Amino acid sequence: MNGQEIAFLILAVIGGLAGLLVVTSRNVVHAALFLVVALSSIAGVFLLLAAPFVAFVQVIIYVGAIVVLILFGIMLTRAPVGRRVLDNTLRARVGAFVIGAGMFVMLTVFLAGAFGDKRIANQAATSTAALGDSLFRNYVLPFEAVSVLLLAALIGAIVLARRD
Amino acid sequence: MPLLYPLVFAAFLFSAGVYGVLARRNAVMVLMSIELMLNAVNVNLVAFNAYLRDQLVSGQVFALFVIAVAAAEVGIGLAIVLLIFRNRETVNIDEVDLLRW
Repeated sequence: MNGQEIAFLILAVIGGLAGLLVVTSRNVVHAALFLVVALSSIAGVFLLLAAPFVAFVQVIIYVGAIVVLILFGIMLTRAPVGRRVLDNTLRARVGAFVIGAGMFVMLTVFLAGAFGDKRIANQAATSTAALGDSLFRNYVLPFEAVSVLLLAALIGAIVLARRD
Repeated sequence: MPLLYPLVFAAFLFSAGVYGVLARRNAVMVLMSIELMLNAVNVNLVAFNAYLRDQLVSGQVFALFVIAVAAAEVGIGLAIVLLIFRNRETVNIDEVDLLRW
């Protein structure tokens, strides 16, 4: 086991625990802050997978923008604290746990069967120039579609949220 | 690094997100769980991009698209949640049943 794998396992344990706390925490603000930890460790995983640009975009957009949006949403909806108001009934939670755990076990078994012996070769990090080349040559049409989507979402959010 | 490490990590995050969507009743918490699931997909895309050593870096480009769509989704989602809160004084998704019957 080399240093890369040890670093990955540390990040995965931190990110997995934080992800678990996001969906089980009784306090909404704590859940949002655990989401920051989970997203940051995923950014670290991107760095280890030779994708530095995606890692920095992850930090800027997810940790910087989306979590702030969610915190604003929590403030503006006066989210209450406590298990009873945040979570479903015990019966629904047991069902959700069975579905979630079953899905994890099933996915792990299938993935181990399909990719159990495959390894990611050590490689140089993808340069931002290569990513930009691919984005603006081969994927320029989806890129434009995403820009139109963002514009539509921007206008839609303003129209929905403003008071008139 | 074995390809299985990031795949199992992503499967765990996705399952946690599924649990959160089903078990939470506060709409903002459901949105957070959806973010977790989208991130699991991104981990998969970047891992397979590294495994296949794609010349077009398609996996990373698609991860960027997913991040952009997630930003649009959370913006619209929170606007809708705020609107529901303003009209009904609750963000409990059990009580928002206008379209049920």
